Amino acid sequence: MSLKIVVLAKQVPDTRNVGKDAMKEDGTVNRSVLPAIFNPDDLNALEMALQIKSQSEGATLTVITMGPMRAADIIKEALFRGADNGFLLTDSKFAGSDTLATSYALSKAVAKCEPDIIFCGVQAIDGDTAQVGPQIAEKLNIPQITYAEEIINFDNNTIQIKRRLEHGTEIVETKLPVLISVHSSAKPCRSRHAKLLMRFKHAATKSQLATLKPEFQALHTQNPQLTIGEWNVNDVQADVERLGLGGSPTKVKKIDSVVLTQKESKKFTSCDGDIEQMVTELMESKVIG
Amino acid sequence: MSNFFSDNTSLKFHLEHPLMKRIAELKEEKYTQREQFDTAPVNFEDAIDSYEQVLDIIGEISAQVLFANAESVDLEGPKVVNGEVIYARGTQENHQSLVDAGVYGIALPRQYGGLNFPIVPYVMAAEIVSRGDAGFSNIWGLQDCAETIYEYASNELKDKYLPLINQGFTCSMDLTEPEAGSDLQAVQLKATHDEANNCWRLNGVKRFITNGDADIKLVLARSEEDSKDARGLSLFLYDRKDKAVTVRRIEHKLGIKGSPTCELVFNNAPAQLIGDERFGLIRYVMGLMNSARLGVGAQSVGISEAAYREALKYAHEREQFGKPIIQFPAVLELLGNMKAKLDAMRSMLYETSRFVDMQKLYEDIARKRTLTPEERTELKQYQRLADAFTPMLKLMASEYSNQITYDAIQIHGGTGYMQDFPVERMYRDARITSIYEGTSQLQVVAAIRSVSSGIYLNRIKEYENQTISDDLQPLKMQLLDMTSRHEQICQTAKDFNNSELYDLLARRLVETAANIIFGYLLLIDATRCDCFVHSAHIFIQLANSQNREKEEFIKTITIEKMEKYKVYLAES
Repeated sequence: MSLKIVVLAKQVPDTRNVGKDAMKEDGTVNRSVLPAIFNPDDLNALEMALQIKSQSEGATLTVITMGPMRAADIIKEALFRGADNGFLLTDSKFAGSDTLATSYALSKAVAKCEPDIIFCGVQAIDGDTAQVGPQIAEKLNIPQITYAEEIINFDNNTIQIKRRLEHGTEIVETKLPVLISVHSSAKPCRSRHAKLLMRFKHAATKSQLATLKPEFQALHTQNPQLTIGEWNVNDVQADVERLGLGGSPTKVKKIDSVVLTQKESKKFTSCDGDIEQMVTELMESKVIG
Repeated sequence: MSNFFSDNTSLKFHLEHPLMKRIAELKEEKYTQREQFDTAPVNFEDAIDSYEQVLDIIGEISAQVLFANAESVDLEGPKVVNGEVIYARGTQENHQSLVDAGVYGIALPRQYGGLNFPIVPYVMAAEIVSRGDAGFSNIWGLQDCAETIYEYASNELKDKYLPLINQGFTCSMDLTEPEAGSDLQAVQLKATHDEANNCWRLNGVKRFITNGDADIKLVLARSEEDSKDARGLSLFLYDRKDKAVTVRRIEHKLGIKGSPTCELVFNNAPAQLIGDERFGLIRYVMGLMNSARLGVGAQSVGISEAAYREALKYAHEREQFGKPIIQFPAVLELLGNMKAKLDAMRSMLYETSRFVDMQKLYEDIARKRTLTPEERTELKQYQRLADAFTPMLKLMASEYSNQITYDAIQIHGGTGYMQDFPVERMYRDARITSIYEGTSQLQVVAAIRSVSSGIYLNRIKEYENQTISDDLQPLKMQLLDMTSRHEQICQTAKDFNNSELYDLLARRLVETAANIIFGYLLLIDATRCDCFVHSAHIFIQLANSQNREKEEFIKTITIEKMEKYKVYLAES
């Protein structure tokens, strides 16, 4: 039996370069001004998955993402890097899901693929909870290895992983199937491959097809590989009660929009005296030291 | 995340030139390749999109890997261990990143694993890679050799070697020898036919060979015993797997330190003949050299882009006398001239690339079927233009890249002379561009023919007929005046009726023509996009004053004055 790998990826607003419009007045994220990107940790996870795929003949790599229609871009990005196919889990009934409801929905989708290994990033830069991966493993009742940094050893039955911990590393081993959450210190993801990009650049979900020009729609008829799978609640046989706001016990009680009051900045020149003063101040305020 | 393609809107502008529609259509055989290859575009829009998206990958790697590694590669350099070259760590990473992204063999047909891109996006990729690391661009750019194999080698060699290029097998062109630099007719490396093994055997020494330990080598050697000239030279393919070439040493150079420049010893090395005997230099290497010159043009533009950006950034950041130095007119003029030259040389680079594209596309069709008389006429026209523009590009772009990197250091002041800022490296890297693949002096020898034959002038007249926006008409008037003055000095130079004096004046004649051509290219660009208007003004102002100076020299020189230079013949 050839190895089945699933990578869970999320499209997130790029919170790394936040401008002044990043938050709305009510304190929620203003998604329209932030570019949507592949969650950084998930790229590390994809790279680790691609390494496993290259070590196991005939292995297939499937990417699953949950989100609105445009999240299909994430799947295309993965196809450009060597993934074999992908599924977009999309349904208005998923909207408002917290980590419990999200992990439930994703676990149902993952189960459909019957994977041997599931890779995901440790956490997403929008929510920063690091809960979804572990919760999926629990729901699937399989072992999990969190904070993975490097594959030490792999055969088709067991995997040995180096974990990045706060004060060091540890190496753990488990039998498959397993869920592995990958840390940002793992190898960065490879770039897009020119030929894969040209092969898959017209990939789209069924719902997106109508938005393509006719000549590109026709490519989907010739090559079904270009059509990205699309799953709704019924496709993954999920219980609607456990999804969306209704299925989410986490409630946001209040959001504080923190505005820094200190307006004045202090200027140091590059002369020795100023540098010394700056270092002293930083040490006194425990920023460095 | 930084990206050297997406941060430079000029590239997209040149990729959208009106002639690209025909170029892409010819290259894609009217978009019929999709049936065979699922990476082929279905129409023009699709083709341009593929070029842009692949250039985006190259832009990303150039910014995030090549540029990031450039300093350490410059310090570390390659080594020779047991007669083989070991690249610097950064060079290895650069190469692997580009192999993993599938961007070797960009211009090769798909049947050989290539991307089947025209020359324009290929040259653009070379510009972007050079901006990342000029030294590394040599190793990447030697995929040009694949073009020579594709055009002239047997099907057997093509099938065996071309698919390796996309997989990352590197190339070298082994031409120079200790006694044969600019004058390649003097090549002595000996090739003898080995009938028993059905191959040729190479013996001798090559020198100054870029990437000399490459996987696939094209070697110029003397196959005709007792011959002395170019007609005794043939081109051979040597496979590194045969382990019969030793790297004796790597040169210690001023710049492009990551690119290993090797001295090689061929020890009865087995090799295969490319094409026919005796056509090595006169046909195959001449073609290869033209591609290499276009490559140096791209390299010069890439280095200049990098240096200009560093200088601009520094001029804003650096404060002296209580304000950023960019506010001083002396600094502003430097930056304005740098940008104007940069925009002009880039426009020339892609104009030349389009001519080369059209020429090569028709040549490729001619390999498959007979051309119609109209197609043959067009081929000849583009062939002439490519031959005329390539040396002019190489001459001007390489000299500009030296001037621009010089000025970039000047703007940095003392700091720029230190290794703390990348302009110091760029200045050293730029220096080779006006030397290798034919010195500036040799480019003049090639280009002056097109001054005498009127090819440049004809092209200038064609530019005159193109639409130029109304507000740029004063600049056009200036170019018209410069053109009639150029014609006058060409006549003056001819009227001396003295070939030595004509040779002495040749560079001035070529450069005055180049200034007019560059000026028109900028006017045409500025008509299509406002973003080039400033450069057009600044460039033509500068070019006009330069042409006046050259004109003055030519008007006042005499044969007697020229004789004064000869006093140095007797001195030593």
